[in-house]
Amino acid sequence: MSEYGLLIDYEYCTNCHSCEVACEETHDFPPEARGIRVFEDGPFEYADGKWNWNYVPVPSDRCDLCARRVMNHQQPACVHHCLAQVMQFGRIDDLVEEFKKKPRQVLWMPN
Amino acid sequence: MEFNDDAVKMQDDVGKPWRYEEDGCTVTRTCVWSAPGCHPVGCGLKVYVKDGEVVKIEGDENHPVTKGRLCVRCLAMKDFLYHPDRIIYPMKRDRADRGKDKWERCSWDEAIAIIKKNYDEVKEKYGVQSMVAFMGTGRQGNIGATGAHRVLGTPNGCYPLSGFSCYGPRVSITMDVIGSSYPEIDYAGGLPGGYEDPAFTVPEIIIQWGKEPIYSSPDGFFGHAIIDLMKRGAKLINVNPRITWTGSRAIENVRLRPGTDAALAMAMLNVIIEEKLYDAEFVDLWCYGFEQLAERVKEMPPSKAAEICEVPEEQIIRVARLYANAKPASIAWGVSIDQSPNGSQAGQAILALMSITGNMDVPGGQVLVDMTAGDGGMQEDIDSVGWPEMKQELRDTIIGREEFPFYTGGLKMSQADRQLDALETGKPYGIHLTWLGETNIIAPTCSAQPKRWYDALRKVDFNFATDTWMTPTIQGCCDVVLPLASSLEMETIVPTHYGGSPNYVGALNKCVKCGEAVPEWELYRILGLALNPEAWENREKDFKEFYDIAMMRAYEFDYDELQEKVVIQRDVSYRKYETGKLRPDGAKGFNTSTGRIQLYSPMFEAVGENPLPYYFEAPTTPISTPELAKEYPFTMMSGAREIGYFHSEGRQIEKLRDLCPDPLVELNPKDAETYGIKAGDWVRIENPWGLAFLKAKVTPIIKEGYIQAQHGWWFPEEDAEAPHLYGVWKSNINTLIPHSRMGKLGFGAPFRTTLVKISKAHEDDLVEADRFGLEGEDGKPLVHTDNFFRIDDPTLDPTAR
Ligand code: SF4
Ligand code: SF4
Ligand code: SF4
Repeated sequence: MSEYGLLIDYEYCTNCHSCEVACEETHDFPPEARGIRVFEDGPFEYADGKWNWNYVPVPSDRCDLCARRVMNHQQPACVHHCLAQVMQFGRIDDLVEEFKKKPRQVLWMPN
Repeated sequence: MEFNDDAVKMQDDVGKPWRYEEDGCTVTRTCVWSAPGCHPVGCGLKVYVKDGEVVKIEGDENHPVTKGRLCVRCLAMKDFLYHPDRIIYPMKRDRADRGKDKWERCSWDEAIAIIKKNYDEVKEKYGVQSMVAFMGTGRQGNIGATGAHRVLGTPNGCYPLSGFSCYGPRVSITMDVIGSSYPEIDYAGGLPGGYEDPAFTVPEIIIQWGKEPIYSSPDGFFGHAIIDLMKRGAKLINVNPRITWTGSRAIENVRLRPGTDAALAMAMLNVIIEEKLYDAEFVDLWCYGFEQLAERVKEMPPSKAAEICEVPEEQIIRVARLYANAKPASIAWGVSIDQSPNGSQAGQAILALMSITGNMDVPGGQVLVDMTAGDGGMQEDIDSVGWPEMKQELRDTIIGREEFPFYTGGLKMSQADRQLDALETGKPYGIHLTWLGETNIIAPTCSAQPKRWYDALRKVDFNFATDTWMTPTIQGCCDVVLPLASSLEMETIVPTHYGGSPNYVGALNKCVKCGEAVPEWELYRILGLALNPEAWENREKDFKEFYDIAMMRAYEFDYDELQEKVVIQRDVSYRKYETGKLRPDGAKGFNTSTGRIQLYSPMFEAVGENPLPYYFEAPTTPISTPELAKEYPFTMMSGAREIGYFHSEGRQIEKLRDLCPDPLVELNPKDAETYGIKAGDWVRIENPWGLAFLKAKVTPIIKEGYIQAQHGWWFPEEDAEAPHLYGVWKSNINTLIPHSRMGKLGFGAPFRTTLVKISKAHEDDLVEADRFGLEGEDGKPLVHTDNFFRIDDPTLDPTAR
């Protein structure tokens, strides 16, 4: 038995909403109480003309890492459909190794 | 969350056949193209059906490009299929009840009989040219004009958007300059190994010119390929008045003044030619008119363009050098090129940039379609079935022919602005029957001045529609409506860019049936057999036969093979000008009259247009109409996409509406402060042509003095009946776009350069807007205090052509 979680490379998260809607579809969650939500940081401009604009998806307390799907050998719905392919599902121990390789990622572990 | 590691061994469905059984469901692998509204991208789906009903939709990881990924519109497809507002049975309504919700379900036979009776009467009395088939955007374009030419037998097929300001202009210009239909950026879509294929090279630079493909994905191109390429090292240069999300990751943001693209492209050409950064060998061997082009762009040094475009001169020089020195580099050009009267010239200059830098038809550059596949890419014949058979004198009656021969001759469609004129004035002849083929003209996307279109359509003797949803247009104007199937209810194909780009072709494999809805081609055949039997009897009996007879000529595989494989990549080959694959006759070079890329266009010259690119100021800007700008100091841009909607489609679907519940207008924080507007406030936007209310989104991504307004809004949850019509006039920003401002070729409109003024909406205004067209308690129409939702006043239109 191991702990599992999600690793999200938000550098390339485009706010396409596919994770949110895929989650609603799979679990029959209503939009206002779904398993994941994308938050916005920015946009604002620095003095040197660079822009800060990030989308960071955060699973809610409802996220069960798609237990039914993963026990059926399928990727979680959000991971499978993410248009930018920035989500990974896996053992926390493995994801931590991936996490160390690149900045601008978030690692998330459910309750 | 703890799982047993052994249980969590991931598997996928790669290698599964096109149809299989799983857990009591029949699973069908298929691709999608309208509906839900989408231009031909053709993402892969696995559709799970139980007892004749779709129970689950998943992205198909077998698809060579999308690999299981899906956008929200397909993810929410179940809600599209089974939504109570969908039209799945034919309906009729008495002409006297137009605008009233008095639809009655009827049989297909009865609906066709009503259409036929009106068709015969109008044909007898006024002739077939007095009929128009309107089309919307993005549906099965391969058979677009077929509705007019082959079903009604009229020359007047019409895409009603002022100046055909979407796709058509870019394609027409490319046909003339390059002899191919669309120079898509190379994203390895046709290569079996994808990005890792040895034939492919990742572009060093991608210029996104008036385009944000990650949200406008349904433009024949899987938009997130841009992200795939960025991850593999491609750098972005954005040419866009706004900072978009990709702009925050770009190495340059050229924030030009809208409508000045031609000046910028010419100045970049100036730098590249001046500094000899072009591919001299390619220019020498394959281009025509380079000297004239070089001479012309001397007139547009970067200093001059900097002033016109309001961007720093150094940035223009820097970007020109970056682009020319990157090998390879590509340009993704967007609809903003089409949405300007000067767009034909901008397009011409951008094609010249792609060409003289040697990026045409090379790995990681722009890819062109192989004209020798099948029997020579006879796509043109397919598009215009019914046209070749039409009598010459009838063809000559196409509306706008004399004034706009390039437009009407090339696209074989009537000129949109002149079509509205004809509806309003009865000149050159009256219009007595229209077919609204999947176009919601009054909640546009596909028109400027929708109130004028509405008033004109209401007067037509007979209007019928074919659609998937009830819309304000159908509710307000039509007498019969026929139900159209969605992507999951039909058998057809989806070729990227309507076949004009080589990447891949997908099959739409039928999964279910909803009510009595029929696929587009089948519907054309039913109508055609009733109205214009000579063109339909004893010919193809279904789409498969149509494909095998007509379309197969463009492809090297038959329908059954495609159905089984679901997607077939077209195996991109490069530098086809050296191998003779760009011309149907197999000769080397390009498929143009000179056999070369025509930097100087003899065709433009022949139709009275300047053969070389040039810049002119858009028709309504602070520079061209300074008096107007005094009262209307803001420049409004429109047309940007929201990923959840396909233009005016999708607002009934709860999961999609949640992503963007209100019509939004972006404005700069400083402007918001000046006008006392806070985020979420309703903003009154107006000009002499119209008025609209949208909610403020205060954001620094837009420059001061500009606003960006969403289009396509109506409120399916509001009162359906006319004149309220689901509140279609409240947030209808196309009412503010003046008509007939096209360039000489008949293309373009000021969708991105509209002068307006803004204010915080008063409570009273909003009450007025919300109750517009409603009845009071006494059952009488409410009296309005203001000339709400006024329509175009021609006296304010001095520059209209
Ligand atoms: S893992 Fe499953 S439950 Fe969790 S956010 Fe993703 S789709 Fe929703
Ligand atoms: S699906 Fe992926 S790219 Fe889209 S919003 Fe979610 S995490 Fe971001
Ligand atoms: S881009 Fe088009 S085909 Fe692809 S998922 Fe979206 S709606 Fe479906």
